[in-house]
Amino acid sequence: MIPEIGHFALIVALMLALIQGVLPIYGAARGNAVLMGVARPVAVGHFVFVAMAFACLAYALLTNDFSVLYVAEHSNSQLPAHYRFAALWGGHEGSLLLWTFLLTVWTVAVTQFSRHLPQEMVARVIGVLGLISVGFLLFMLLTSDPFERLLPAAMNGRDLNPLLQDPGMVIHPPMLYMGYVGFSVAFAFALSALLGGHLDATWARWSRPWTTVAWVFLTLGIALGSGWAYYELGWGGWWFWDPVENASFMPWLAGTALIHSLAVTEKRGAFKSWTVLLAIGAFSLSLMGTFLVRSGVLTSVHAFATDPRRGIFILAFLVVVIGSSLTLFAWRAPKVGLGGKFELVSRESFLLCNNVLLSVAAASVFLGTLYPLFMDALGYGKLSVGPPYFNTVFVPLMVPMVLLMGLGPIARWKKANIPDMWVRVRWAFGASVVIALLLPFVLGKWTPLIALGLLLACWLISSVLLDLRKRMLREGGIKTQSRSYYGMQLAHFGVAIFIIGVTLVKGYETERDVRMAPGDTVAAGGYTFRFDGVRALSGPNYEGKQGRVVVMKNGQPVGQLFPQKRIYDASGMPMTEASIDAGLFRDLYVSLGDAIPNSGGAWAVRVYYKPFVNWIWAGCVLMAMGGVLALSDRRYRIHARKKQETHSTEHTATHEASAAGMTTGSKPA
Amino acid sequence: MKRRQKILAFIVAGVVGLGIAVGLVLYALRGNVSLYFTPTQVFDKQAPTGRNFRIGGLVVDHSLKRERDGLTVHFQVTDTDKTMPVVYTGILPDLFKEGKGVVVEGKLGTDGVFHASQVLAKHDENYMPPEAKEALAEAKKAKAKEAAAKAALAGGK
Repeated sequence: MIPEIGHFALIVALMLALIQGVLPIYGAARGNAVLMGVARPVAVGHFVFVAMAFACLAYALLTNDFSVLYVAEHSNSQLPAHYRFAALWGGHEGSLLLWTFLLTVWTVAVTQFSRHLPQEMVARVIGVLGLISVGFLLFMLLTSDPFERLLPAAMNGRDLNPLLQDPGMVIHPPMLYMGYVGFSVAFAFALSALLGGHLDATWARWSRPWTTVAWVFLTLGIALGSGWAYYELGWGGWWFWDPVENASFMPWLAGTALIHSLAVTEKRGAFKSWTVLLAIGAFSLSLMGTFLVRSGVLTSVHAFATDPRRGIFILAFLVVVIGSSLTLFAWRAPKVGLGGKFELVSRESFLLCNNVLLSVAAASVFLGTLYPLFMDALGYGKLSVGPPYFNTVFVPLMVPMVLLMGLGPIARWKKANIPDMWVRVRWAFGASVVIALLLPFVLGKWTPLIALGLLLACWLISSVLLDLRKRMLREGGIKTQSRSYYGMQLAHFGVAIFIIGVTLVKGYETERDVRMAPGDTVAAGGYTFRFDGVRALSGPNYEGKQGRVVVMKNGQPVGQLFPQKRIYDASGMPMTEASIDAGLFRDLYVSLGDAIPNSGGAWAVRVYYKPFVNWIWAGCVLMAMGGVLALSDRRYRIHARKKQETHSTEHTATHEASAAGMTTGSKPA
Repeated sequence: MKRRQKILAFIVAGVVGLGIAVGLVLYALRGNVSLYFTPTQVFDKQAPTGRNFRIGGLVVDHSLKRERDGLTVHFQVTDTDKTMPVVYTGILPDLFKEGKGVVVEGKLGTDGVFHASQVLAKHDENYMPPEAKEALAEAKKAKAKEAAAKAALAGGK
């Protein structure tokens, strides 16, 4: 009964989404306040019904209702309860439901935090979000119903893929999806600006916090996924340029470009069309990412489905969304205008370079990811594009990008002066060069790439500190700068930390695959690892072997590691669980390969020494924290306070806020 | 700077940047694409020597042999028509199993053995890599054609 209620709730939600997508937009075009007023209540109703469907599927999973196909395929009665819940997004149908659910959550958030916005704008934004939801609900109901029954019911489920039975996997997809879906709000804002033919600094200030929130979630989601791959896949890599990773990385690149371009639009009224185009691009890439992963066109761990009907629907949906928004862009963008003018050397130019580099990077990832698909479709045979391609393209693009990152924040808007800037940064740059050239010798090995990585990181850190110091001294005190300024610097600092992590782990890691009999030792990165053999292991839904490895440094024991090899009962799938001794400056990583037959208990063992690997994720967390700090900026909260003071005079509040936020000399077209 | 010069400068910078990017992408694509072949194609000498490529198929039952060092393994990959000997040093992935699908990347040695640098066997038990699946399908088709040709010959007599 419960699954049928869920199914019915989805149908009702589809009806509501249709109303939400059509009436408010029509009302906004006609200036009809009643129709526009429909937006908020319908959006809330829409949310309630999707939430109901979500709860029904969760209930079916938690109560082991194996008469539901999805439950039978992705869960098992032996599975611990939290993984049964996480199985909700362990498969294709469920993850679509999660997507739609999060979309309605974002929509409700928009209805709650948009009371100071003009009614037409809100109506259009909510309408566009409704239309996106229509697409997803139709997709679910027509091709991928999560509530499909299985008759007769299965005795037990097929179990969740053991790779996904991990705490990281419980939160990684929702985080990533919050990011993907969040860009739909930026997209809706962009479309509503196109529909209204009105785009100014105020618009940019409205859409900025939404974009930043989405970006923060996406950043954390990608970092979580990377961390999960590191400890769960058992071979110690943190980024594989796997199509699935690329699918989440492309929207991140576009989104990063978008938040920078929005900054220019807000402060200077420039880059208007470009900002809109980026918003469309970021969301299209998110959509494509979701579908590429879900449709199974790409060969990868995450591809669950292979059903041609789905493929065709997805293709049609993508064509409709991207096609119609680009058509709208071509038609209305001239009305929106290009925005303010600026000199060749100015902060705008630096941000333009940032945008161009990020977009080119996204395009090159796109090309590398889809190239095999195109070639296969065109009949040139099967091929694969490996990580070396991405590294070859990516590193040269990111080097100028990071060098400019140090200059951008200190350049003036509109017109900057290169000699002045050089005077300001020359010591920082000189010091960075010296450190980058010498530090690798201290660390034990000098290669051009290590020196380059350190140069970029030092340059970034020193330019951040330099700018902070200058602003503290000249403009007096910490309080004078806005939180979004500190947010930016924190995020840039995070990039530097990330670069240090990548450089040092690539430069100084030791990876050894060895045969170890009990009592054997192997050295890696100045540590000695002694293998003490394995013993039997029994878990809630798996059996296996657990090895013991004692780590020593200079004869002193440092710690013990317990890598596992599990065989899951329901699926019979083997799984390697690495054991990691994590630290600020190094990780010690051990995982079990195979038992070597007829050898008296010897195993193939992976022993890794990974210096500074945690800095990679720490850098991502700092970037996300920078985003959060920027979000807490006063100018985003000013609306809320104004609203409380003067209940009905929304317009006054908006005007004052826009006057306060606009810098002098901006020229709205 | 005059307005026209400024626009020109932006355009020139854009074109140069784009040119560099395109060059970079083409250069990287040329060196780092690995083509895919079936064991039959390799047998027919269609695969390049001295260059990385991938083969896919099933791991032949009872073909897995370990050398004394415990890390070097020998096994055979088949598309049911032709069989390819493979040697690999390292730890095999969890889902590598005799009788299951596999994709191997590496170089063809002069000894006719495929020297693998990477063994890919992801996904779950029931999953077959598309490359491996295709290899089997190709071989089946070729066999069917051969059988049809033979039948036609026999009929002609």
